[in-house]
Amino acid sequence: MKLKLHIWRQPNQSAQGAFADYELGDVSEDMSFLEMLDVLNEKLSADGKDPVAFDHDCREGICGMCGMVVNGSPHGPRKSTTTCQLHMRSFKDGDELWIEPWRAQAFPVLKDLVVDRSSFDRIIQSGGYISARAGSAQDANATLIPKLDADTAFEAAACIGCGACVAACPNASAMLFVAAKVSHLGHLPQGQPERYSRVRKMVSQMDAEGFGGCTNHKECEAACPKGISISHIARLNRDLVKAQLTAAEEKAVSEGAG
Amino acid sequence: MELKSNAPAGDIQTRWERHRFEMKLVNPANKRKYNVIVVGSGLAGGSAAATLGELGYNVRCFCYQDSPRRAHSIAAQGGINAAKNYQNDGDSVYRLFYDTVKGGDFRARESNVYRLAELSVNIIDQCVAQGVPFAREYSGLLANRSFGGAQVSRTFYARGQTGQQLLLGAYQALSRQIADGKVKMYPRTEMLDVVVVNGRARGIVTRDMVSGKTEVHMADAVILATGGYGNVFYLSTNAKGCNVMASWRAHRRGALMANPCYTQIHPTCIPVSGDYQSKLTLMSESLRNDGRVWVPKRKEDVGKSAASIAEGDRDYYLERKYPSFGNLVPRDIASRNAKEVCDEGRGVGPGGLGVYLDFSDAIKRLGEAAVSERYGNLFEMYERITGDNPYKTPMRIYPAIHYTMGGLWVDYNLMSNVPGLFVLGEANFSDHGANRLGASALMQGLADGYFVIPYTLGHYLAQQKFEPVSESTAEAKDALRSADDRIKQFLSINGKRSPDSFHRELGKICWDKCGMARDAAGLKEALKRIPELREEFWKNLRVLGSGAELNQSLEQAGRVADFLEFGELMCNDALQREESCGGHFRTEHQTEEGEAKRDDDKFTYVAAWEWKGVGNAPQLHKEPLTFDYVHPSQRSYK
Repeated sequence: MKLKLHIWRQPNQSAQGAFADYELGDVSEDMSFLEMLDVLNEKLSADGKDPVAFDHDCREGICGMCGMVVNGSPHGPRKSTTTCQLHMRSFKDGDELWIEPWRAQAFPVLKDLVVDRSSFDRIIQSGGYISARAGSAQDANATLIPKLDADTAFEAAACIGCGACVAACPNASAMLFVAAKVSHLGHLPQGQPERYSRVRKMVSQMDAEGFGGCTNHKECEAACPKGISISHIARLNRDLVKAQLTAAEEKAVSEGAG
Repeated sequence: MELKSNAPAGDIQTRWERHRFEMKLVNPANKRKYNVIVVGSGLAGGSAAATLGELGYNVRCFCYQDSPRRAHSIAAQGGINAAKNYQNDGDSVYRLFYDTVKGGDFRARESNVYRLAELSVNIIDQCVAQGVPFAREYSGLLANRSFGGAQVSRTFYARGQTGQQLLLGAYQALSRQIADGKVKMYPRTEMLDVVVVNGRARGIVTRDMVSGKTEVHMADAVILATGGYGNVFYLSTNAKGCNVMASWRAHRRGALMANPCYTQIHPTCIPVSGDYQSKLTLMSESLRNDGRVWVPKRKEDVGKSAASIAEGDRDYYLERKYPSFGNLVPRDIASRNAKEVCDEGRGVGPGGLGVYLDFSDAIKRLGEAAVSERYGNLFEMYERITGDNPYKTPMRIYPAIHYTMGGLWVDYNLMSNVPGLFVLGEANFSDHGANRLGASALMQGLADGYFVIPYTLGHYLAQQKFEPVSESTAEAKDALRSADDRIKQFLSINGKRSPDSFHRELGKICWDKCGMARDAAGLKEALKRIPELREEFWKNLRVLGSGAELNQSLEQAGRVADFLEFGELMCNDALQREESCGGHFRTEHQTEEGEAKRDDDKFTYVAAWEWKGVGNAPQLHKEPLTFDYVHPSQRSYK
């Protein structure tokens, strides 16, 4: 098939970007979307033109490195699919594609389709973990975990941190990303001791990074390549309310413990 | 050069315990005075950086991805082995040790393997404590499955995303240390060289992949956990960015490269569909638990649809040849048999390079819902990529390069022959011999990072004095200058071919001549063609743009340049090893039934190669292997 591409080109973070137009023929329907861009890049290089920079790594939908907005949809038109697993059979001959980077204040563009998502890492650093020192663990079967809790935790933990939820949200909120981690750890007995401090710290870091608030547009769930449910956001909100009520208490206890 | 494994002597069951006691300790108050560099943030590097930070060392951790959470460990699907014997089905530390030594075709070091089996149980405990959501039974107990040639159910898993969940556990532990200021993380940074001062590894040269800035980082020890070299074949199940640069740069600075010809070919990948193909996608081996592998009995039937081939006209060749293991034979055997039936002209799908993996019996026996519960995500992935629905038509699979057992030589303490340079995970050679069993890579990465390096690194640091070495020391400046010069050279050749085109060509040579089956004539041809291709690379490469920006062609050029040297070493190693073992199959050396034929009298050693310069023959050093517990025998899975 033959495609008409409009791709966002921006040399670096401070430069002004713009769409550039390309025509690409001989696109096979068995190609992945990124392989289609590989072919374009080989062609551009052969013509002495700068290839399009885009993030990618595993190309099997799990590392979360790739991601671009295709015709207004993060990761393109196919539900529950990362850009690397999107295949050209989802398009047809003569299609016109607008390809852009994630757009959010907290994800500055580094070059072309590559954005800086280190804000996500800082959110996890603020509390998205269980403090389990290596060497201290009890036997793995010593604490039973009901299958339903383990399964729900797993579903939330399936988040790949790609940022599509932010790109899809009109407020550029990272609420689904934060909620997935809060819910994953909060569903497990091991996650209970830090449950309320975790949610408080992570939400406040999300705000500090410049992500917007959640106003229930639900675009995040529709765009999520792993199908993570917004019910986790509801759970986060419940934990957050509790956390705010108990914050003063916790502070008093921890200061007194000195 | 004498290669000392430094493995303790005595009863294998107490070796690690005694060694732990005999190793020197670093006083808790002194740990913060030591600087440690960790390159790579996967299961091995991420867990090592987190654990060392937790102990109090000052750690700097580097990865080429935009976040440590994206290291390729994340893509491991099937599971992680541990000798917990939770199923009461006869498992034990000794049995896991035995299976791993045998599975590695008697080419691994017994002491290391025993320690790995011993630590496997601690890993599961640690991961559960971190919140890794392993699969559970309705009782709330952990679930297990049998995996990849094991006759006990010792594999722990999290659907088809075990690697992801384990890596996120390590990443979160690492994130906690980053927040505490004990680990400083350098994402989007690649390592260009190792700095060796007075014979010890004291630093690395890096390039910031966004600004292009190259710089030197000095430390008291350097840990490489940079994964395997499977991408030398271009097409593999590795992530696109996986490369051999860190290991190869260390090799050029004196670290020995061991057994590079031991490469693992995974039997269940989605076949190649065209020339533009950029990678191969693995379908978890767990599919073989319920899927049946077959091809048509007659060549004439390969063009027909699977459904139209009658039961009697199908050849379930693994069940036929290996009745006791059937579809669950180890990876090397399953792969080689797939190649064999395709070479006979009985392969299915485009190009005849595929075999069926059929779930219709499992669906009949268990129902579609149960099959979907086990493999739903894999079936979906298959359908997205191929457009076929595996609930209705059998999957088509073909082997692909998946893992590399070879790597930098290390002793029992995971230290290379360059003092202060440690190598963990897939990047080292130590635990899997000539063939890795399924669900053992995750186990090794985490054993190395959580439970081995915290002890052995302290032992190294406590034994000697470390004079401070600055970034402006002559060795550091030289290493930085040569890294800068190399970048300038890539940019100035201004030829006609892209780095990718060289990489594809190299990959094809390696796959054809040093892939699933190898022979002397083919390897000699590869050893002629690779240097020619390398010569062309340095004359006809074209990299656009500059070094002072995000430049993905430049990154790739550096990686391909190293693969062009590494590929030659791999073929040299394959040529000298005049036997077949595990993933290394020399067609000249096979039994009458076509199985791998080892030559234990001549080849029971680790082949560790020393760099002698571009185009010069590398020098072979041998570490003899002894088997005091598991006695070498012909592997049989009949």
